[in-house]
Amino acid sequence: MASTSVTPNATPEVQASHGKKRSTWERIKEYRWSYAFITPFMLIFTVFTVIPVIWAFFLSLTYYNMIQPPVWVGMENYIRLFLDDQLFYLAVKNTFYFSIVTGPLGYVLSLIIAWLINEVKYRKLYTLIYYIPSITSGVAMSVIWMYLYNGSKYGLLNYLLLKWGIIEEPVLWLKNVKTTLPAIMVTSIWMSMGTSFLVFIAALQGVPNELYEAALIDGATRWQEFWHITLPMIRPALLFGAVMTVVNSFQVFDITVTMAGFPSTLYCAHTIVGHLYDYAFLRFEMGYASAIAIVLFLVTFITSTVLRRLLSSRDEM
Amino acid sequence: MSAKKRRAPSKGKAVQRITTGQIVIYAILTIGAVIMSLPIVYMISTAFKPATELMLYPPRFLVRVPTTKNFSDLALAMGSTDTPFIRYMFNSAFVSTIVVVGTIILSTLAAYPLAKHNFPGRNFIFNVIVSALMISGHVTMIPRYLVIRNTGWIDTYYALIIPALAGSYGLFLMKQFIEPIPNEMLESAKMDGASEWKIFTNIILPLVKPAWATLSIFTFISTWNDFFTPLIMTKSDSMKTLPLAMRTISDGMTIARMGAAAAGTFLTTIPVILVFIFFQRYVVETMTYSGMKG
Repeated sequence: MASTSVTPNATPEVQASHGKKRSTWERIKEYRWSYAFITPFMLIFTVFTVIPVIWAFFLSLTYYNMIQPPVWVGMENYIRLFLDDQLFYLAVKNTFYFSIVTGPLGYVLSLIIAWLINEVKYRKLYTLIYYIPSITSGVAMSVIWMYLYNGSKYGLLNYLLLKWGIIEEPVLWLKNVKTTLPAIMVTSIWMSMGTSFLVFIAALQGVPNELYEAALIDGATRWQEFWHITLPMIRPALLFGAVMTVVNSFQVFDITVTMAGFPSTLYCAHTIVGHLYDYAFLRFEMGYASAIAIVLFLVTFITSTVLRRLLSSRDEM
Repeated sequence: MSAKKRRAPSKGKAVQRITTGQIVIYAILTIGAVIMSLPIVYMISTAFKPATELMLYPPRFLVRVPTTKNFSDLALAMGSTDTPFIRYMFNSAFVSTIVVVGTIILSTLAAYPLAKHNFPGRNFIFNVIVSALMISGHVTMIPRYLVIRNTGWIDTYYALIIPALAGSYGLFLMKQFIEPIPNEMLESAKMDGASEWKIFTNIILPLVKPAWATLSIFTFISTWNDFFTPLIMTKSDSMKTLPLAMRTISDGMTIARMGAAAAGTFLTTIPVILVFIFFQRYVVETMTYSGMKG
């Protein structure tokens, strides 16, 4: 490490002039160590991520039941999905409803909380308390929420609402078609708020204090300070958080399947991933299920791209 | 606790605010914190409730006479299965630990040349890896299942471990960390005749170790809590992990068995919370450092 203080200025130039003359093969040979370093990761990454993505596109254009080899059917799976599958529409509707409520609400709440925490002492303690729910297992905590939502008078929520006279008889929160999804949304917001929260906290701590001081001298109000300094400074984190929130909320499955059962009452908590799981691993219609996966991917991809655009353009204003 | 906090002025910030504003902020944060922790407190309280208190009407939030009987009942709560709950805990701990170690080794190794070497194909490889960050896990699930099925790994630890190492988040984080290391440092080591391996172990490794804490904790938590992978990759009870076991418990849940179910939740969530508390100080630091470029 002691030798690092000596910086040989000539080296980059020497390397550059050599580089022009060398053939690609010689360069590959020269960098053999680099390839050796990335090979273990690339091997697993190729087999379990790159090939599967391509394979999923291919499978979505076939009929494949895992017994016979895949049969090419062209766009048939997609046509069936969009024109014939009522349940898919329900799954899409539920997932969108779920995402539109929990996504923005969780995002805004976690931004506000992060901003408030940044203003006070005991940051670490508050951060911990607000973050803990999002590192708990969704399935495991769902069991506790089911107990809270219990449909009999023993359920804590029913008991309190009965006592306060808000409801007249116990509500079957997780069986009733109207209340199931909203009940799960509450759990989900509680559980997923921390995902972008931690990123916001880190970003807020990185905003230089001098900026706030300058704003104070200029007589900026709290709101102006938030809008013109804080938000632009943490823009990368805002973007990251928004995309994460969308991706996560579109993939809702484990808490719906635990809390509402599978299938849920009249499919009232049926989601896109639930639909995928049903076709892939219960009916073994791998081609059709792959088409569902591809649609989910496209929806997620388009939404996060649109979000990126929306959030980046604000900066230029 | 909160009364003390409210009087505390904010010394940390250079810009002083009016105290009433501070009080309002503390009040909001504290009420929010209480609401956020209620389900956790309820879980812990229920896990130690004796059967008589579970059947009590009106239901009580907190336990009066705590008992550890729920934890010993846990095996019975699983009903038809003979698998003891400790087996699920072992499976979760074993799989998560191996995935953490594997992710650290693979992504640190791969991140070094991607950050510092200009080898042919580097940009292409890196672009592929970054695009993979955008792809949701469910797209790859079906082909991954088919690959695992063809290798005969269904219902083995391999099925739970190897595909979990194919994520690109770890590599991305490590690359962010290696990039700021000055090139001159590496070049002068090269001038002194150090091999690439030596540069890696003597210069890169000591400098990226802080990032390992963050990478470990997020990898550990996501593997421990993963529900979908074990759901499709395992068949027998003895290969199940905690989230799957909890799903089985939740299926035929009655009030009488709620104590054992809460004990199961306790054993599933508390280890993760403890790991997080232990590593917390590294996490926010690393995130500030690496800049989290969206």
